[in-house]
Amino acid sequence: MIVYWTDGLFFILVLALIASIISIRRSTHLRATWRGVFTRPSGMTSGVILSFFLIITILDCIHINRPANSSLTDPIVSVLDLTLTPLILNTETTYSAPFAIISYSKDSITLNGKATRDFKRLEHAGSHLESSQKRSTDIIQKSLTGITGSLLFITILLFIFITQFAKKRKFTKKAAWHVLIKKQTEIAWRSGWICFSIILLTLGFVIAIAPYYHILGTDKVGEDILYQSLKSIRTGVLIGTLSTLFMLPFALLLGMMAGYFRGWVDDVIQYIYTTLSSIPGVLLIVAAILIVDIQFADVDINANDKADLKLLFLCIILGLTSWTGLCRLLRAETLKLRELDYIQAAHAFGIHHFSILLRHIFPNVMHLVLISIAIDFSGLVLAEAVLSYIGVGVDPTMNSWGNMVNGARMEMARDPMVWWTLMAAFFFMLTLVLSANFFADAIRDAFDPKMRERS
Amino acid sequence: MLRFVNLIIGCLLLAACENNAPLNNPYPQNTSVSNTLYSSFSERPKTLDPARSYSSNEYKFIAQIYEPPIQYHYLKRPYTLVPLSSSTMPLVEYLDAQGQLLPSDTPTKSIVQTRYTIEIQKGIQYQPHPAFAPLLTDLNNINVLMDFPEQSTRELTANDYVHQIKRLAHPTLHSPIYSIMGNYIEGLTELRTTLDALKDKTNIDLTQHTLEGAKTVSRYHYQITIKGKYPQFIYWLAMPFFAPMPPEADTFYNQPGMKEKNLTLDWYPIGTGPYYLTENNPNRRMVLQKNPNFHGETYPALSEHSNQALPFIDQVIYVLEKETIPIWNKFLQGYYDASVISSDNFDQAIQMGSTGETELTPIMMEKNIQLKTAVQTSISYMGFNMKDPIVGGYDASHRALRQAISIAIDYEEYIAIFNNGRGISAQGPIPPSIYGHLTGKEGLNKNVYNWENKPVRKHITAAKNLLATAGYPKGINPKTGKPLVLHFDVTGTGPENKARFSWYRKQLQKLNIQLDIRATDYNRFQEKMRKGNAQLFLWGWNADYPDPENFFFLLDGKNGKVAHQGENAANYNSPEFNTLFAAMKNMDNSPKRQAIITQMTTLVQQDAPWVWGYHPKSYTLHHNWLHNIKPNLMANNTLKYQRLDIAQRNQQRKAWNQPMVWPIAFVLLTLVIICVPAWQHYRRKEQQTAL
Amino acid sequence: MTTYILRRIFYAIPILIGVNLLTFTLFFVVNSADDIARMHLGNKHVKQTDIESWKASHGYDKPLLFNQNAAGINSITDTIFYQKSARLFVFDFGRSDLDRNIGQDIQTRMWPSLAIAAPTLLIGLATNITFALLLTFFRATRLDTAGVFLCVVLMSISGLFYIIGGQYLIGKIFQWVPISGYDSGTDALKFIILPVLIGVVSGIGSGARLYRTLFIEELGKDYIRMARAKGISELRVLFRHVLKNAMIPILTGIVVILPMLFMGSLLMESFFAIPGLGSYTIDAINDQDFATVRAMVFLGAVLYIIGLVLTDISYTFADPRVRLS
Repeated sequence: MIVYWTDGLFFILVLALIASIISIRRSTHLRATWRGVFTRPSGMTSGVILSFFLIITILDCIHINRPANSSLTDPIVSVLDLTLTPLILNTETTYSAPFAIISYSKDSITLNGKATRDFKRLEHAGSHLESSQKRSTDIIQKSLTGITGSLLFITILLFIFITQFAKKRKFTKKAAWHVLIKKQTEIAWRSGWICFSIILLTLGFVIAIAPYYHILGTDKVGEDILYQSLKSIRTGVLIGTLSTLFMLPFALLLGMMAGYFRGWVDDVIQYIYTTLSSIPGVLLIVAAILIVDIQFADVDINANDKADLKLLFLCIILGLTSWTGLCRLLRAETLKLRELDYIQAAHAFGIHHFSILLRHIFPNVMHLVLISIAIDFSGLVLAEAVLSYIGVGVDPTMNSWGNMVNGARMEMARDPMVWWTLMAAFFFMLTLVLSANFFADAIRDAFDPKMRERS
Repeated sequence: MLRFVNLIIGCLLLAACENNAPLNNPYPQNTSVSNTLYSSFSERPKTLDPARSYSSNEYKFIAQIYEPPIQYHYLKRPYTLVPLSSSTMPLVEYLDAQGQLLPSDTPTKSIVQTRYTIEIQKGIQYQPHPAFAPLLTDLNNINVLMDFPEQSTRELTANDYVHQIKRLAHPTLHSPIYSIMGNYIEGLTELRTTLDALKDKTNIDLTQHTLEGAKTVSRYHYQITIKGKYPQFIYWLAMPFFAPMPPEADTFYNQPGMKEKNLTLDWYPIGTGPYYLTENNPNRRMVLQKNPNFHGETYPALSEHSNQALPFIDQVIYVLEKETIPIWNKFLQGYYDASVISSDNFDQAIQMGSTGETELTPIMMEKNIQLKTAVQTSISYMGFNMKDPIVGGYDASHRALRQAISIAIDYEEYIAIFNNGRGISAQGPIPPSIYGHLTGKEGLNKNVYNWENKPVRKHITAAKNLLATAGYPKGINPKTGKPLVLHFDVTGTGPENKARFSWYRKQLQKLNIQLDIRATDYNRFQEKMRKGNAQLFLWGWNADYPDPENFFFLLDGKNGKVAHQGENAANYNSPEFNTLFAAMKNMDNSPKRQAIITQMTTLVQQDAPWVWGYHPKSYTLHHNWLHNIKPNLMANNTLKYQRLDIAQRNQQRKAWNQPMVWPIAFVLLTLVIICVPAWQHYRRKEQQTAL
Repeated sequence: MTTYILRRIFYAIPILIGVNLLTFTLFFVVNSADDIARMHLGNKHVKQTDIESWKASHGYDKPLLFNQNAAGINSITDTIFYQKSARLFVFDFGRSDLDRNIGQDIQTRMWPSLAIAAPTLLIGLATNITFALLLTFFRATRLDTAGVFLCVVLMSISGLFYIIGGQYLIGKIFQWVPISGYDSGTDALKFIILPVLIGVVSGIGSGARLYRTLFIEELGKDYIRMARAKGISELRVLFRHVLKNAMIPILTGIVVILPMLFMGSLLMESFFAIPGLGSYTIDAINDQDFATVRAMVFLGAVLYIIGLVLTDISYTFADPRVRLS
């Protein structure tokens, strides 16, 4: 197994996530608050979608040396690559539309010694078909098989769930089923199951079709767009999460310190964040990315490592430019908290500043941190696309939605229009950002009851 | 909000119906009747000073404004020089050490100096310009050049040409050709040394200094003396570097307060050409206007328009456009008169005919759009760093490695995928239409291609065999036991490049060589090249003038990038080639010269310091109301030959730009549909409160 | 008040010095003076001597921050940093590396930026408030839920898609307005419509949702219940009381971005070829024109600080209880 920097950091995050889930389950107070997140259908649905994205990211973060029996060419592949092997291998020569089995533009073909111009059959997509007329029947047949398969799977899972649910609540299975259908559970199980089923059905459909057709078409050099979009999930999720990881220490430490100690510490920290935030963010990012480029110019490293390090530095830089907002928020909150009686009392008892910060202040600003992480996530995913447009985003060899959009911009001018790359990037980004936004809302409502009253 | 927008659009529609002109016309309505050509520029020019400018996007403007003594014939091929502001072609004389004339067949060795005597036409007037009027004392109300109340002119004299040549040595102008010309023009480096010693370098009066190599003989004659023999010098005389510059310009622009208002020679040229710059806003648009004082020129013979007075077009408006999509779309709407084809709109415009020739697509044909193609006088190649221990070296095994790679990289496929077939794969350094280029079987690169009535790339097994000879059987490096890894240094980020790089990687994969792509920014790449740290790299060259010397010097040892900061990026240094180059360089075109060129070509084909890459082909589209377009890759002053049919243009613009109205109705309808449940709800609420 | 403003200006100086020093360091790590020279001299036939002389004539031959060879105060002043950055404090932006007067360029280019940004802000504000009021009026109904959902969808779409889609549909397919470009005077109108429209639409999502929250918060206050109890109609409550009172946080929130309107939008301006300050900045970055980048960063920082001061001042107007000290 090969661990890239970003992989490693992401795994640490995942471990932290697991650890916090365990600790949440233990604490009754936190558990109740988190249940609040999933009582709303929107929170549940977006949670399910986000976990789907998370699973794909984890799969794509496990890199191994290419197994000897694999037909892939890259020496290092991720588990996701292995799963998607047919998509990688079915590379056409150039554009092809979704589900197409003929080329996007006419080519000269020699037919019976006479050269004519016509649409060529694609090399891979639909190559199992004898004639192009059979395409629709074939697609319908295959998708029915896929959907039936996943329906079966869903039924089994649902059955297990109902059994467990009934056992726990001491219901009969029928009653449990009734409660679920009528939405009478506290946690929005029904919405969760609907969303989960939709994802599984889509998955079944994709698994059945993807080895034979390009579901989302192919790009200029014939690479499958579905593959690219799935690979881009890792980039998007990593940027959204790792940047926060790098932002947190600064924001937490400096924000709490400024609010708690006041005086010259406050002045210095305020000076730092006002200075940083008064520089237009884009310029700061551009400069930092260029520096990274230069540092790597003479270093002898392999392209994959370099792309990975660039991603890492992009995350660091995005983190460094985005900590000022949270820092300001935490400073204000700490200013309020430190005047509270029990903190003053702790102070009077001579408890060390550090432990006051850790024991009393930190747990009380945690909800702010959580809410702002959730809100920032979607902003960071969107920022990646814009940065790639300016040319300072992730490495061009790396799959990302920003790179896809950037390339697809030109394709809009083609005739017939190549819309599928843009649409795919649009759809995947929208799904991720939308569910992140809804999830952030749910978290905010659950953790900040004042906000819930408002909306 | 949508209602508001609809209101605006509605108003615009009304306004449009009144004027009966398209809504989306990006130009003011009154300009549609004038004889105006519309074009675009993508990068704002850095300077329009003829002594400094050296890039095609600047030549686009200044070649129309400044007139060097000679020019390229618009229609003749191969490219031929003809007089422009001179009355005849320059008189070339060879001199010995004593300044005595030598016969024209003197061998190069004995020629100490070459003297060019140029006679200019009488009566040529400069464009209207305030520099020729009495200087103003108060510059407060002046913001652009057109604000000067008085514009005047004067007759062009030989002294103006000499003045410009002196400007090449000006210490603060940083003329890009100073280093080269310093090697040739007598006294240029000495002049620079003198000027460098001056304290105030910004206000140098060049008329106070003399230049040995450039002298005024009479009001209409001047002489340039260069060291030794350098036949290519004549081509430099056709470039704006040698256009006349009145000394008044220096005095005028050196007035205090001018620079603060961006009034400099970099932005406001002063020339004798068919056009002059009336609006210079590099942030938005540049406008060229017909020069009222133009000396007159007629359309070159060889065509039906011969002897018609030039220029045909009254005004040219260049609009700043950074993105290719808007340019293309506006071209299709008729708002640009001509456009180049980018790789992305190629399929829309061009298709391959049944016999493989290019033709326009039905959509283009319907619009009566015309296509002009030409193979560019440039080469785009992949170089090997000859100083590198793995890919460099002149012995048989290293050569075999390079040849193997040359076969493996299938540039025909590259041209097909990334350039839509716009280009021809190169057999050697010299592009077609440059003297020395051999076509057909004669020019074939036998190390890479076989001749089967056309060049056919050798099979990959040939490359594999060569690789084995090179000491890497099956691509395995015997030292490591793993596949050979080569570094590929490239610039550029962006999705387009991603596909390119992975294509290159696939090519070497055929030989089981791993290509490690090291992409950096332009500066870092340049630095690596200067230090010779690269292994494989991409490079290109665009001809300065139509002479094989301008391509072979890219392989001359004395021009090595690392050793001499020259243009020989591959650092190729073969004594045999260097000797041949030195001999070929100063020869006039003759069968003897051709023989040496062939010998040199064969030699470099064998050594393979470059994978020869391809010569790009330029495709230009223009509407059928634009006439007299002929691609000329050497001349930049082609604007004067073009002609417009305004009536036809207006008619077609109108036909192509009818706005679609139904979306407005659609938007309104959607709003109404949304309003229905809202209204119902409102009523219900009202009733509830009423109860 | 005056002393307050003076003090804020005094505070701004160390921040601006910090900004300057930071950009200076960043850009000289990225581009050495040699790189800048090469960039401007082009790449054909350039020798090291040409580079040295370019650097000498553009003042790039000095040490970066500290001159060891000079005596006394000169060791600080005879450096690239001092020569190129210190004069910014008196708003003398100097000449760009392309030898143009930056101050003049900024003056001409800020108007197109403003012509796009100001209408976008105003129309956007009106639209968002209208939309938010509608949602508030229909609160807790399906319309409200659908509206909020739409808002979240709208704010989840990347700005790139709005621009690409808008340009494609309205410019290319419908042919209502020119695809890109700009013109001065009233001719500018047809070029402004599309960017403004896109700017407004892309802002609806987050804007309307925020304002809706503000309105609903206001609705929960006691005086509104009081007014309702008196039998004032719902519409009147919304417009007379809620809107009026919620405008205070809305407007004070906007004050902070007012000065930044001059800076323009990087994306919008480069897509629509608008000769504003946004595209100016992008060009400068691409051309590695250090002088211009530095000037723009400085300008941005100054405007940001002005925004902060204006916000504080606007609070005193909005709420007389707030005193600036």
